[in-house]
Order: sequence, then structure tokens, then C-alpha cells
Amino acid sequence: MANTSRSAAELVSDLEGRKVSSVELTRAYLDQIQKHDSKIKAFLLVDPDAALARAKEIDDRRAAGKPVGKLGGLPVAIKDVMCTQGVKTTCASKILQNFVPPYDATVVKKLKAADAVLIGKTNMDEFAMGGSTENSAFFKTSNPWDISRVPGGSSGGAAACLAAGMAPLSIGTDTGGSIRQPAAFCGVTGLRTTYGRVSRYGLVAFASSLDQIGPMGHSAEDCALLLEVLAGHDSLDSTSADVPVPEYAKSVNQPLQGLKLGLVREHFGPGLNGEIEAAVREAVKVYRSLGATVKDVSMPHSKYGIATYYIIAPSEASSNLARYDGVHYGYRTDEKQMLAELGAEQQKYEAEKNSKKLADLDTPLIRLYRKTRAEGFGPEVKRRIMLGTYTLSAGYYDAYYLKALKVRRLIRGDYDEAFKEVDFIVGPTTPSPAFRLGEKTDDPLSM
Amino acid sequence: MSLSRADVEKVSLLGRLLLSESELDTMTTQLGRVVGYVEQLREVNTDNVQPMAHALDMHNVFRDDKLTPSLPRDAALANAPKRDSECYRVPAVLGE
Repeated sequence: MANTSRSAAELVSDLEGRKVSSVELTRAYLDQIQKHDSKIKAFLLVDPDAALARAKEIDDRRAAGKPVGKLGGLPVAIKDVMCTQGVKTTCASKILQNFVPPYDATVVKKLKAADAVLIGKTNMDEFAMGGSTENSAFFKTSNPWDISRVPGGSSGGAAACLAAGMAPLSIGTDTGGSIRQPAAFCGVTGLRTTYGRVSRYGLVAFASSLDQIGPMGHSAEDCALLLEVLAGHDSLDSTSADVPVPEYAKSVNQPLQGLKLGLVREHFGPGLNGEIEAAVREAVKVYRSLGATVKDVSMPHSKYGIATYYIIAPSEASSNLARYDGVHYGYRTDEKQMLAELGAEQQKYEAEKNSKKLADLDTPLIRLYRKTRAEGFGPEVKRRIMLGTYTLSAGYYDAYYLKALKVRRLIRGDYDEAFKEVDFIVGPTTPSPAFRLGEKTDDPLSM
Repeated sequence: MSLSRADVEKVSLLGRLLLSESELDTMTTQLGRVVGYVEQLREVNTDNVQPMAHALDMHNVFRDDKLTPSLPRDAALANAPKRDSECYRVPAVLGE
């Protein structure tokens, strides 16, 4: 019997022991999707036939006594920001609505090699920009615990599909909290991996000095299992770190005896929700009862984190998103209409003898870019491109981008100092619980 | 440093976005707020602080200069909104 409430590790062992087949398990999760996803809307794309065919192929291989990969037919959901060869990858953006990647992202290749069944592609904030999944160009995702609330974001679909039992594992990405915050909002476990740990080849880039891919599941053990598959050096990503991959799943159950936990004073300031604070303090009590010691540490620069992020991420995004030009792939504006409008503008300025406007008039190619991007990107993406273009523009680069890179060094220094004294830093993931849909859409800074 | 509507209009050209009159208004207000918020970084003393480009202390990464297969042309062109058998097509750029 396929039991979708078992952990990923248990399911993998059930599959290995042939207590359940990959087809049965995949069908059970597809049933859950069928039942619940019209309300939750975690998935942008599900192809049941392809998933079942893949599951059957793995089952057949196992039955024939041939080797089967580490995930052995376990379904895994993928955030729609990672390229899947021959399968649409949209980034929840109109500009990539019909984009069919010609290759697999390295993580997708690794999942296939580990015999995961790719069960679907999950919804997200457009180009991973946002913290509520309300910025998807297609539809909003709801939090399975309360459908009037957001699942968080940008990996909102990835977190919601786990919480609703529609997949046992999923993959998200985190640039400024996009795995951690939705995991917290949906009551699941997510890991923002160390920079360089997981290859980003085939990941649609947002802010390259921050973007990371990471596992999401129901427990640390689930994430460990998935990270073993995802991690490792890749010559196709020059920022990928060439260091060995430990067997994470074997190292998750360790005693806390003798470990030093750090509580960051600045994380418990005003603005922290009382229930969240109480839950964190309660958890710390448990860790203490298991033998950990607890120490207060300070991170004086943490208050500059958001301002630093709001310069670095949009700056890099404005550069990365320059590739959406309506020429190489993706959406392109109606060229005839664009040329007609441009011609009309020219005639108008000529009639007005407005030489300034005439001199400033876009060339057809520039107008093609501008109109394509204006129609293809949503408001949050436009806002960040504008902000980043501004902070990188002549005369402002030093004042904003370079300054932010220096402050980032100071923020890192705070961590380096803290880790001289403690082994871990524990604290609240978010200052407040999942907010209501529509509650914060007008306030880009508050998420 | 406050952001004028003319600044925003100029940035929209640099960022290759065509914004409507009302978008330019909204953007001027919204960007102004964010820029106002990030101004707080000025109070941080960063004299003699090296900029940090990313988390890893990694510099040039080299590999052997070996030929490997690249994406076939047809696959690379497959998603192009407008193409011929070997090129991407764009509006005329010469003779303007």
C-alpha cells in the first residue's frame, strides 16, 4: 500500500524492499494532487502519464534485478525555475510562458540519474522575486494550512505541495530567503545550502552571488537524503565548489551533547511575533535538555541585511534579466504593431517639429526590446530591473553596489566572529507567521 | 538623493523597459522609497573594507582547452520567436 504520510527515507526503504512500487506511490501522490491542487494551486505543470511511465520503467528495472538509483522511484517536485529538457520551464513569467529548454539543469540530470520520478513543476514568484508566490504571472498558490493565507515565496509551490502531501520531496531555490521563509510558513523543512554546494547550471539566474538550490522535505533527514543526490562539483558551473559530498543522511541523527548554540540578540528584537518567539525559546529548551549549551551572540550589522540585499539582488537581476530580449527565446511583442506605433510617433514629432523627441526616439530594435520586456515582465520584476539598473548606472555604482558589497563583508564578519564561539546559530526563520493573500502586495519591503 | 521622474525615464531606457505614463509615476514613488531605505548604508563605516563579491574565496577557474560538443544549432534556435534556418531574425538595424 502506498502511504503518502511516510517520510521520504521510509518510502525509499519501502521501494527498495518492494513493499510498494514506484507506480503505486506515484499514483498515490497524483491522486493527492488531483484531490487538492485545484484549491492549493502549488503546481504549474503536472504530466501524470510521463510520471507513471517513468515510475513503471524504474519498477521494471528493479524487477529485472538491474541497478536502481538512490531515490529508487520516489516522486520529487521541482520549482519551475530549473530547466527540464523538453518540458516547459516558465519561471512563472509570461516572458517564458512557452519556453522549452533544450537541456536539463544539472540538478535535474542528477535527480534522473538517482531514479527520482519528476512529478511536476511548482509555482513561484516570477523569476523568484517575492516572498508570497503572489507574483506568479499565472495564479496564486495558497497555504494548505489556511487557504486564505500565502504559502510564502518565492518557493511557495515547493513548500505548499509538501504540506498538502502532494509530493514527498521538492527542490527550491533561495536568494534572500526563498526556501527558508516558505518552509517556515508551510511547516516543512527547507535547507538553504552553502554557496557552491549545489550546481546552478540550468538554473534560471536571478542574483548570481546569492542564488542557491536546496532540498525541501518533511524533516532534516528527508533534506539530507535529497542533498546527497543534488550536491557536488560540476564543471559546467564555475562557482560550484570542488569539495567532497559527505553522506548527509548518515550524519543527521547525532547527539546534541557538548554542542554550543548561539542565540542572536538582534533576532529577538521588537517586531518578532510573540508565539514565534515562545516556540523558538521552547525548542531551545529542548536542545538544552538534550545536552546543548546556549550562548547569546551579537550581530551588530544584521540590521543592514535588507538594505544590502535590496541593492545587491536587483543589481545582479538587472544584469541577468538582460537576456530576455524577444530575440533568442521567449515572448516577443507583435513586431508589425510595434513598427506601426513607432512610425506614428515619428510622424507626430515631425509634425510638431519636436527635434528633441525625434532625436530620442527608439530605433526599431531598441523598441522591440523595450516593448517585449514591458509586456513580458510583471510589476515586481520591472521594479527590480529598474532599481538594479539605477544602482549600477554611471555615477551611482560606488555609492550603492560597491557600498553594499562592503557592508556584506561586514555582515559576514559578524558570522565569522559568532562561529568562533558557537557551533550553530538558532533563531526564528521569520518574524511573523504566514500573512493573508493580498495583505502585503503594496509593500515590497515588508516581506 | 531623491529620484526624479526624468531619472526614472532614463533608467527605463537603460533597462530596456517601455513604461507607460502611469507606470513612470508609480515607479518614481516606489523606487524613491526603496532608494530612501537603502540610504541607511551610508552610516556604516566601510573604510578599508574589501568588497565581497560572493561567499566563496574563489578566483579564476580554469579548465583544459578541450573541445566538447555544444548545443546543435537547431536546438539553440528552436525557441526563437523569429528565425531562419541559421540565424535569429530582428527588425532592420542598418540604414536608419
